[in-house]
Amino acid sequence: MATSNVKVLGAWPSPFVNRVRMALKVKSVDYELIETNPHEKTELLIKSNPVHKKIPVLFHGDKRICESLIIVQYIDEVWTDGPSILPSDPYDRAIARFWAAYIDDKWFPLFQLLRDAQGEERKAVVEKISGGLLLLEGAFVDCSKGKAFFGGDNVGYLDIALAGCVGWMRASDILLGAKFLDETKTPHLVGWVGKLYSDSSVKDLMPDPHILIELYKKFQAMSEAASE
Amino acid sequence: MATGDVKVLGAWPSTFVNRVLMALKIKSVEYELIEMNPREKPEILLRNNPVHKKIPVLIHGDKPVCESLVIMQYIDDAWATGTSILPSDPYDRALARFWVAYIDDKWFPLVKVLIETEGEEERTELIQKVSEGLVLLEEAFVSCSEGKDFFGGESIGYLDIVLGSCLGWLRVTQIVLEIELLDRTKIPQLVKWADRFSSDDAVKDVLPKTEKLLELYRKIQAFLKAA
Repeated sequence: MATSNVKVLGAWPSPFVNRVRMALKVKSVDYELIETNPHEKTELLIKSNPVHKKIPVLFHGDKRICESLIIVQYIDEVWTDGPSILPSDPYDRAIARFWAAYIDDKWFPLFQLLRDAQGEERKAVVEKISGGLLLLEGAFVDCSKGKAFFGGDNVGYLDIALAGCVGWMRASDILLGAKFLDETKTPHLVGWVGKLYSDSSVKDLMPDPHILIELYKKFQAMSEAASE
Repeated sequence: MATGDVKVLGAWPSTFVNRVLMALKIKSVEYELIEMNPREKPEILLRNNPVHKKIPVLIHGDKPVCESLVIMQYIDDAWATGTSILPSDPYDRALARFWVAYIDDKWFPLVKVLIETEGEEERTELIQKVSEGLVLLEEAFVSCSEGKDFFGGESIGYLDIVLGSCLGWLRVTQIVLEIELLDRTKIPQLVKWADRFSSDDAVKDVLPKTEKLLELYRKIQAFLKAA
């Protein structure tokens, strides 16, 4: 199918949208990004994802696919001439899927809790995030087998799953002075993040944490004004 | 790898364990089920699933695989010559994965909470949400099955197994709360599918009987009340 027939309904700051865009970049698939504000549930968004009303949505011809990791796997399975995103070995695939599920079900949701938590509760959430990073450090050592990425020589499924989150993680770091990425505790992950910023598939899709912070502050101000 | 080397850490009443057993059955893979009480975290469980400390765990040779959906996809990948569990078409796979994620992230958690919910108002609201979810799943069935018997087409597939594994506790909930969730007037296709699924040779020996689950539920309730 003509690759000009590919559209992504999304927003540039979204970690989930960026995963999809990274996967398309890995496969050298051209697409049109239809920017949408995820907080305003536009008619297009509701029509495209009636069940969840969330971005990203991938349009491929007349097909629409929702949920970022499902979209990434779809991209891997449709565009088979490009580099593989999931590992080829069944066990390695299982490990990549396991950790991607861990990131989405357990780890990344902690950042949402972080936003609303204060004092002791906040400290507890920060500790959980750091604990998760230690697990991911271990996962990196196992999956990378000495190479640059979770996926080996090239960016793969688990790299994409976690890379999408890096911008917001670094933004939280700066806002809280938390130092989530600590060379003494998670040296491999620190090295990995560095490599992401020079990898052609992902480097342009890692939002600047300072811009994310500005965006976050604007959003907070708007929410506060709205609730007064 | 020799298929004689497959173990599942699990428990017969568990929805998530049953998915794995059904997937292995479909692939005709022999396995040893190591039964355990998921509330007591035995050492073998902690060693093989240190991150979540939960069943099911599939141990293939010496390699543990955790999380029921990850395990099912692993089974499909590792025993590639057997009957396929996931559809072959990428879009059909994406749809199956979408609905499976919906079931696990949104719908089944409501079912699990429903049986424990005491307040009249809360219960009514939950029943409404569970029923709305079933209507969505009815629509999904119509589009995925394309007139055939199962979500997967002619034979049971990924989405069938995942939703099918939830039927046991759904039926127990209906009996205990005296409500009808699998309502033929509202979700006729899904009710017929549920009957077909439960009696299909591929899974009927693995799926726990509703009466057994009900007995277990009543035993647990009695135990909790006595405590």
